[in-house]
Amino acid sequence: MKDFTLIPLCQLPMGRKGRVIKISTKGKERRRLLDLGLVSNTNVVALQKSPSGDPTAYQIRGAVIALREEDAFNVLIEL
Amino acid sequence: MGLTVNSTGKNIVSDFNNFVVKTQDEFLVSLAGNPNVGKSTVFNCLTGLNQHTGNWPGKTVVNAQGRFKYKGEKFLLVDVPGTYSMMSNSVEEQIARNFICFGNPDVTVVVADATCLERNLNLVLQILELTSSVVVCVNLMDEAKKKRIKIDMDSLSKSLGVPVVGVSARKKEGLNELMESVYKIACGEVETNPIKVNYDPIIEQSVKNIEEYVNADLHQNNTRWVCLKLLEGDLSIINDIKENMALNLDGNIQLKETLQKEKEWLKRNGMDEDSFRDIIVSNIVSHAENIAKKAVRYENSEYNTKDRIIDKIVMSKIFGIPIMIMLLGTIFWITIVGANYPSEILASGFSWLEEVFSRLLLSIKTPTWLHDMLALGMFRTLSWVVSVMLPPMAIFFPLFTLLEDLGYLPRVAFNLDYFFRKSCTHGKQSLTMCMGFGCNAAGVIGCRIIDSPRERLIAIITNNFVPCNGRFPILIAIATVFFFGMKGTVEGILPTIVVTGIVVLGVYMTFVISKLLSKTILKGVPSSFTLELPPYRKPQIGKIIVRSIFDRTLFVLGRAVVIAVPAGIILWIMANIHVSGLNLLSHCAAFLNPFAQIIGMDGYILMAFILGLPANEIVVPIILMSYMSAGNMLEYESLTQLGTILTSNGWTWLTALCVMIFTLMHFPCGTTLWTIQKETKDIRWTLVAFLLPTITGIVMCFAITSIARIFGLA
Repeated sequence: MKDFTLIPLCQLPMGRKGRVIKISTKGKERRRLLDLGLVSNTNVVALQKSPSGDPTAYQIRGAVIALREEDAFNVLIEL
Repeated sequence: MGLTVNSTGKNIVSDFNNFVVKTQDEFLVSLAGNPNVGKSTVFNCLTGLNQHTGNWPGKTVVNAQGRFKYKGEKFLLVDVPGTYSMMSNSVEEQIARNFICFGNPDVTVVVADATCLERNLNLVLQILELTSSVVVCVNLMDEAKKKRIKIDMDSLSKSLGVPVVGVSARKKEGLNELMESVYKIACGEVETNPIKVNYDPIIEQSVKNIEEYVNADLHQNNTRWVCLKLLEGDLSIINDIKENMALNLDGNIQLKETLQKEKEWLKRNGMDEDSFRDIIVSNIVSHAENIAKKAVRYENSEYNTKDRIIDKIVMSKIFGIPIMIMLLGTIFWITIVGANYPSEILASGFSWLEEVFSRLLLSIKTPTWLHDMLALGMFRTLSWVVSVMLPPMAIFFPLFTLLEDLGYLPRVAFNLDYFFRKSCTHGKQSLTMCMGFGCNAAGVIGCRIIDSPRERLIAIITNNFVPCNGRFPILIAIATVFFFGMKGTVEGILPTIVVTGIVVLGVYMTFVISKLLSKTILKGVPSSFTLELPPYRKPQIGKIIVRSIFDRTLFVLGRAVVIAVPAGIILWIMANIHVSGLNLLSHCAAFLNPFAQIIGMDGYILMAFILGLPANEIVVPIILMSYMSAGNMLEYESLTQLGTILTSNGWTWLTALCVMIFTLMHFPCGTTLWTIQKETKDIRWTLVAFLLPTITGIVMCFAITSIARIFGLA
């Protein structure tokens, strides 16, 4: 419907907050992301990148989780 | 080859179930929880055992069990691996799930982190689907108090329908209440009424439709969970259910048909395996959210600002990696400068002991050869091992444990992950690498936290590229002797730089070799991974010192001593049996010498490394012993004296450097090799793990020696 407003989590600017809309991968990867609590409507804050630019630390449901770019790419969010 | 799912996951699971031996009159209690919530501390407090603890996720892979008594009843407590969920299929989750589900524990204690309760409730809710005999232990109440997070235990207990106990395990608060709750459930004094997470009406209808057929086979309280898993259709869980429960999935025709029908119906309603799971997970997550909202109050919404500020610095683009190297360097520096003094005190102590020992032997009329063998061979080797090794270990380990306790290691993993990704390996390899700094054998076992067999093998094979407990003292002693007295520098700064450089080289080689393996015999792309950066915790200094001295220092020293005693005797014999004018030691060394010279060492050194296979700790003592032409070792006096012996036997800075590099890169010790064989179950991988570091070390020493000689530097 309004897919055009969605961006992958890895493009969330540092310090900004986004809301998870959907996860665009299947199977094992999907489970792993869901296990982190990344279900629809979850708020995520991008905290900081590692010294080499990847991975990035995110604040998810009270925990700080580092995700590699290719994994964060599969989480679609709305700013 | 070798490392298949069969040889990893399944075996570990069955190992685990076999390993729990319960006696008739005990209650079985399993201890579950998210990683890094202080499970090990709770375990230690209850059982009085000393499992090593640290502030980083995924520490408990090899499990512990211990016993405690309460009100006259006996309990067997089993620590299951920490997991975030019970739904995925990593090895840890499989072990944890199967134990809680099929190991028939009388009570399951779920440890949760008070500072991050909502996330932990996810697992609590999932475990409540597996079993109703649950006590929730909300740990780290002291940390929560500091962050002004208030938790209403009554509300939580009411919402979950099981007892909830607030605990500060590190301060030993709340443990009696915890044991009381466990006792009450085990003895049936309290009935629990766990919350049932309701899912989509369509799913609930399907569950209802197959439940009666499942119930016909099973008489357990978790049939609902079994039904959900059957409907979801995850084959690995269904296989575990088949293997461990009295559910006749293939023979129960009615169940089979109904299940088939329900699955088709679900699919018609748009629920395939993925979306079915989405609904389940989302429901659990939102339940956890609601329960947490009711029970938790944040009086200070900025409760984790301090952690974020520290993170901004220690993981920043500019300072992240320099700070990491500086911290490591500081630890080495303190160790190098500090180790000198106790070393000399120990030396005089041993000298006195040797005299006593010698007089005792003479007084019971021991023959001269036996007296020499025991006093000058065995005892002196022993005193060298202890005097050279104990001081650096006693300083280094507490400092390293301090970093571990603080929660710094996951930050190291975060900083280094990019390089591991570039090497096409798993991000968790940085954690197993850190474990290797303690002990490579432990690091190899720790590789179980990596699921993909390919990435696990790489982590296992390259673990030896970081120096362990046994090798640090060699590096530190040699660096101190050869680089300490440089003029015009801060005391001990040069050896610090050298040792730090060697360690950085080890980490760098880990990347190079990992990449090499990923591009050749272990081709593949890195699999996804997630890393939790836990809150920093105030380390408990007193406990760290006690723990690191007892758990690590004495352990390593004990191992060295056990090997040094027979080695001392054998060496003495080899040094005192003469064949055609030379003793056996010199014969062996002469044979190895031509090759050893090419790589900047000498025959005695190379022989010491070979004889040091059982434990690297004895390499330096063997070298020294070999140099004593008389066949006896000198008594240990000080590190300066160590330097004199080495230089008088032709050591230069180049020899020292090559020995240090070879110390970093040569075959793993006997224990590690044995562990690699056990973990990979394939002699070929063990051989690769043996040859790869050895060849790398030889090549590197050869290159350095050649360059130095061409330019006339040494």
